[in-house]
Amino acid sequence: MITVVLVAAVKSVALVVMVLLGFAYATLLERRLLARFQLRYGPNRTGPFGLLQPFADGIKLIFKESFMPATADRLIYWLAPAISMVAALFVYAVIPIGPEIRFFGATVSLYIADVNVGILLVLGASSIGVYGVILGGWSSNNKYALLGCLRSSAQLISYELAIGLAVVSVVLTAGSLSLVDIVNAQQRLWFVALQPVGFLLFFIGALAETNRAPFDLPEAEQELIAGFHTEYGGFKFAMFYVGEYVGIITMSLLVTTLFLGGWHGPLLPGPHWVAVKTFAFMCLFIWIRATMPRVRHDQLMAFGWKVLVPLGLLNVVATAVIVALVGG
Amino acid sequence: MEWVIFVPAAVLAIAGGVGVIAARQPVHSAIALLVVLASLAVTYLLLAAQFIAVLQVIIYAGAIVVLFLFVIMLLHARSGEGPVEKLPRQRVAAVVFASLFLAALLAGSVAATRPLAPAPEGFGTAQHVGEALFVTYLLPFELASVILMVGIIAAVVVVKRGPPAGRGGR
Repeated sequence: MITVVLVAAVKSVALVVMVLLGFAYATLLERRLLARFQLRYGPNRTGPFGLLQPFADGIKLIFKESFMPATADRLIYWLAPAISMVAALFVYAVIPIGPEIRFFGATVSLYIADVNVGILLVLGASSIGVYGVILGGWSSNNKYALLGCLRSSAQLISYELAIGLAVVSVVLTAGSLSLVDIVNAQQRLWFVALQPVGFLLFFIGALAETNRAPFDLPEAEQELIAGFHTEYGGFKFAMFYVGEYVGIITMSLLVTTLFLGGWHGPLLPGPHWVAVKTFAFMCLFIWIRATMPRVRHDQLMAFGWKVLVPLGLLNVVATAVIVALVGG
Repeated sequence: MEWVIFVPAAVLAIAGGVGVIAARQPVHSAIALLVVLASLAVTYLLLAAQFIAVLQVIIYAGAIVVLFLFVIMLLHARSGEGPVEKLPRQRVAAVVFASLFLAALLAGSVAATRPLAPAPEGFGTAQHVGEALFVTYLLPFELASVILMVGIIAAVVVVKRGPPAGRGGR
């Protein structure tokens, strides 16, 4: 009993450290890549190639004056960024980054928990993450923040539906809700080949869920200053920031797990493949941000409800019929 | 052993329930409701019903309370006024019905004191719940969905009737 808890605790700590390091370098990657796309250099002065930039940013954010609007709702103002960050980190408990490996003679699984409703847990955590946005925008008592949070939560709820439908089609194909089983079902053929529509739906939904361009309306600078986190600074802002970038890593990891075969791949060991695929998707996210203009809010909602959701429903029905015919 | 988890979850659920009715700000009430729902999810987990626990979080915490918050923020964002009591003598009625409900609950739990058998293999999994819904209880399930549909259509009809004075019809 004690060893089980201990092993899980050690794995959790290692994973959180890894994800936070990944977050730190995701910000650097984004700034450097965006700069290259715009024919600039980007931050390259702190350490070799600017590699120490994330730590400089972190130290700066921690030592900033902790500012709070006088009319803010204290409790919720503090609670919101914490919800955002914790919900983003929580999903890593069920996302597998590799199969079981031999490690100093002991068999170690490269996931913390193989829950038999794993993918639902991920969706649940992301729906809790919405509260960070809503409560943050409301509690700072600022009209731009409130407008940003309303927009953003409407967007998150709508696109969660598209993501959910894409996930349902994957679950139907794999025949399991456990992420480990879903990866194992892709040993021979990746689901991107069996579920191209689901893949597209999921990817578009992922862009919207992480509030990335072209769906970054919640923080449309021209209209809303910075959206829901307008009144946040210092470490509390950093927590929102962690939530956002960890969300990008999560979504890339989920695309990898659900559609690109997870740790399956030739030559390299499993975790390397997960890292390579995830990294490629993060670069794609940044590339899209550098390329696409922002859509209008009504266009965004219409696209979500009138195109993605019907398409997702059709995809689920088609998948169900095919699975029943082939498998039954 | 399960007391370690059950007692904090139950205490949190009761505290949240008190918070829902005691909080002055509607938004605080909604957050207290969230605490109740989360603690209930934990108790579902203790009862080996993982699927129900996760659905509880996704549907109630993830969708319904978000809608509550939306309505609260759009309707009385910081107006500061308390809710108006429209029903006459509703406090008395609330006390009476709540005590009746409590009595029924207590009677039920006292009657069910015999030790329960452990959950059978596969209980609470998605397969098990799905089979119960779509095979064993198909008819009630479909009827429930029809009733929900009636509610949705009714809401659309009520909204469609629109404001009485007609400006700004599109």
